[in-house]
Amino acid sequence: MKQYETVIGLEVHVELATKTKIFCGCSTEFGGAPNTHTCPVCTGMPGSLPVLNKQVVEYAIAVGLATNCSITQYCKFDRKNYFYPDNPQNYQISQLYLPICRNGGIEIETAAGKKTVGIHEIHMEEDAGKLVHDDWTGSSMVDYNRSGVPLIEIVSEPDMRSADEVIAYLEKLRMIIQYLGASDCKLQEGSMRADVNLSVREVGATEFGTRTEMKNLNSFKAISHAIEGERARQIELLEEGRQVIQETRRWDDNKESSYAMRSKEDAQDYRYFPEPDLVPIVISDEWLKEVKDRQPELRSEKLERYKKEYDIPEYDAEIITGTKKMADIFEATTAICNKPKKVSNWLMVETMRLLKENEMEAEDISFAPENLAKLIELADAGEINSSVAKEVFEEVFKNNVDPEKYVEEKGLKTVSDDGALREVIEKIVADNPKSVEDYNSGKKKAIGFLVGQTMKAMQGKADPGMVNKILKEVLG
Amino acid sequence: MANVISDETIEYVGILAKLELNKEEQERAKKDMGEMLDYIDKLNELDTTGVEPMSHVFPVNNVFREDVVTNGDGHEATLANAPEVKENAFLVPKTV
Amino acid sequence: MSLMQLTAVELGKKIKAGEVSVVEATEAALNAIEAKEDKVNSFVTVDREGALKQAKEVQKKIDAGELTSPLAGVPVAIKDNMCTEGLLTTCSSKILGNFVPTFTSEAVLNLQKAGAVILGKTNMDEFAMGSTTETSAFGETKNPWNTEHVPGGSSGGSCAAVAAGECFYALGSDTGGSIRQPSSFCGVTGIKPTYGTVSRYGLIAYGSSLDQIGPVAKDVTDCATILETIASHDLKDSTSVERKDTDFTSALVDDVKGMKIGIPKDYFGEGLDPEVKEAVLNAAKKLEEKGAIVEEFELSLVEYAIPAYYVIACAEASSNLERFDGVKYGYRTKEYEGLHNMYKKTRSEGFGAEVKRRIMLGSFVLSSGYYDAYYLKALRTKALIKKAFDKAFEKYDMILGPAAPTTAPKLGESLSDPIKMYLGDIYTISVNLAGLPGISVPCGVDSKGLPIGLQLIGDCFQEKKIIQAAYAYEQTREPAFSPLLAE
Repeated sequence: MKQYETVIGLEVHVELATKTKIFCGCSTEFGGAPNTHTCPVCTGMPGSLPVLNKQVVEYAIAVGLATNCSITQYCKFDRKNYFYPDNPQNYQISQLYLPICRNGGIEIETAAGKKTVGIHEIHMEEDAGKLVHDDWTGSSMVDYNRSGVPLIEIVSEPDMRSADEVIAYLEKLRMIIQYLGASDCKLQEGSMRADVNLSVREVGATEFGTRTEMKNLNSFKAISHAIEGERARQIELLEEGRQVIQETRRWDDNKESSYAMRSKEDAQDYRYFPEPDLVPIVISDEWLKEVKDRQPELRSEKLERYKKEYDIPEYDAEIITGTKKMADIFEATTAICNKPKKVSNWLMVETMRLLKENEMEAEDISFAPENLAKLIELADAGEINSSVAKEVFEEVFKNNVDPEKYVEEKGLKTVSDDGALREVIEKIVADNPKSVEDYNSGKKKAIGFLVGQTMKAMQGKADPGMVNKILKEVLG
Repeated sequence: MANVISDETIEYVGILAKLELNKEEQERAKKDMGEMLDYIDKLNELDTTGVEPMSHVFPVNNVFREDVVTNGDGHEATLANAPEVKENAFLVPKTV
Repeated sequence: MSLMQLTAVELGKKIKAGEVSVVEATEAALNAIEAKEDKVNSFVTVDREGALKQAKEVQKKIDAGELTSPLAGVPVAIKDNMCTEGLLTTCSSKILGNFVPTFTSEAVLNLQKAGAVILGKTNMDEFAMGSTTETSAFGETKNPWNTEHVPGGSSGGSCAAVAAGECFYALGSDTGGSIRQPSSFCGVTGIKPTYGTVSRYGLIAYGSSLDQIGPVAKDVTDCATILETIASHDLKDSTSVERKDTDFTSALVDDVKGMKIGIPKDYFGEGLDPEVKEAVLNAAKKLEEKGAIVEEFELSLVEYAIPAYYVIACAEASSNLERFDGVKYGYRTKEYEGLHNMYKKTRSEGFGAEVKRRIMLGSFVLSSGYYDAYYLKALRTKALIKKAFDKAFEKYDMILGPAAPTTAPKLGESLSDPIKMYLGDIYTISVNLAGLPGISVPCGVDSKGLPIGLQLIGDCFQEKKIIQAAYAYEQTREPAFSPLLAE
């Protein structure tokens, strides 16, 4: 078989973190009963007109600057015309001719090394409503709560060659955007969505092959699998001497396969033209500078600051600043307890472990920094021992419990009453003559077994240092 | 008539515009569109080289709203004229 | 003299003086509608009950001193493409035959704040596409001067209602001449303001970059007063312009001394009815006698305005009218198989022939492969037309010409030949492309007794100049009523 190379470009849609929709004063809040967050504008009522949300432009500029794009200082909106019920006007207000950002790129890092993925353009547009399909009645239900939520679409150059590069690109993009506060970029909830444009060609070829576009990819896993599957499908076609058809395919997460979305009624001729209801946007140098000045701390800046201000190692700082969410928790918790190294340890070890075990993203973390701070204080004061602390942290992580109350209620406090502990230890020593004998005959390791028995009897609530000390005294 | 509009063109535009014409309307549309395009071709007499297309007449730019929620629950007004509603949503023939 | 023969401002004064009550005026209008609708069919919807209710409320506010506008208590008719909350708004189309808006258009709100009483909604060409009001799904409107003739369009219902004395004034909309041409045909006065002067919020769009709402009334004083009331900087309309010079009534001065008026030679060539030509040139002479400096000049590009307009307006319309799909409001076909069939049947049954014709053309010129050749070419032509006007206004305060090449044609004569019908907009269309203000004032009748309109075109934001000249010209004539109003 010939050797093939995969060529991938991404169209990433990101929902911006504005309070209101792009063209009206409706809330962008997630959820809500159908059509409760709607008005004449975002439902395409006759006579309604759009007015642009300034914050959308500022977020788009910020993302453009952070991805090394040049900002189009005279830009416009265009109408993209197509009939579909999730699109109330049957046209989407988007940008084709003069998108707000162009010609950027970001550096990614994979096992294969560093490379730059070019960004062709970033444009602003409105999101569509939601369709819920009702198999019983053979109909679909349309909810316009998401209609008009602001999006930016980030169109990459066809610079990626593997699923690994795609994931690295998406993770980098997500980190940049989260740091800017422009979006929470949750794939599952759809606030970040990636359409994959993929083609294959023989290694060494200079022309691109025919590409397909894959939609409905809701997780990194789906993206990876879809890329592998589509690569294999296209190679198989070529090997059989058949042609790849340029088409849009929809990924089915349950079936782990894609199918073509083809229809005669779907001519894909969008008849773009300048949106007459909106006026051009002129972005002055002053405005650009303002946006730049207001930009929150970027990751590289944070990394340096952490090393200096908190005196934590480079490795720790790298991991913690890896997501904006983690960094935010770190700073908030440290602000309360002023123990940066301890906070960083909890985040790097236990938090990361639990995220992995539960297949969660950092964005899904829901515990309050106050509770982590309290836990650290409890452990530091010796009120709980380290194994209890881990147990309590799991509760903090899962249910955001107040560690003080939880320890109190469950009676998890370390027993530091010398008399009570001595009594238990004396009994353990009396019950385990063999171990005592071993210890006395020089096998000092035997004390470990006795410590273990004591902790077991104390249901873990004893301070291990104290147990050791008393044991040695009792054993003479 | 310089512009001859084919059946395929009329059918294609019908798909774009979501209009279904009967045979008679289709013939009429072919004739009308051809004649209009002939008439519009008059614009080709004009030399517009180097002329910037003008979509907005006035140099009004940067009309924005602030990012402040001004609208409350609008579902009643939104659904008031709907041909078919179920559970506060518009009902349409199944899309997939 | 019948109450209905009063101008809006005259009636407003009588209401303020307590000589006429708002209810009396409203009943007079409603009775006139009842008596004349069989003959003219100006209205799609008459809101008798609502109007009387409003009349009582407005009267109370006037009595309490809360309403002081010159239009307080004066009954008005609204073109049926402006949304009115709770009141059927159809655009004279089957597809919106049952549509009851949940909000009111900004221009109408401005009138309501001034104490207007809304009588109902006037007939129009379907979605404002037409020049005769014959494309309405609810029957044609007839010209009150001779009911065998059309009233013009697309604001034919508004102009006929004013001319017939079924209301004291009306709002119309003008995308390519839709206020000025029917005003001319019906012997009434109408203004198309500078683009952006009156909010388009709530106006159901035809060609968004060209549409403007404006007044239709018996005289220039009324028009200036109404325009002053409806003009506003509306934050809901991004194309709305902030103006500090909307005190249009200050221009009601009988003085044209030193005003420079240009007459484009290219407006007086082939296709212009000799009787129209004579009446318009006579009007120019009157203004000259009053001290205006009148001279002929070459405007150029006149014949390119119509093709450019039809490309731009139809392209925008094809997109603006996509929302009428049977999903959210309006008509939905009864039987269908699947989504796309529902769309197609709904739209094919819901839209009339002229609307479909323009949607097809608009979709075609925007489709892949044609955008540059047609749409961009039209936008470039528009830029050249704007430039030609800019050049003219360097020299002249205004441009004078006919509003339409003929007087009102007979019913049924126009629709069979669309291009010929489109040519009837030759003097009005370029004004919309360039965003300029224009006014049509009556300047005589032809040998058939049909009115002729004089059009004055101003530079952007120069409504006051054309209002002043039109007012001065008006002083040289006796007001003329249509037979339906004179009786």
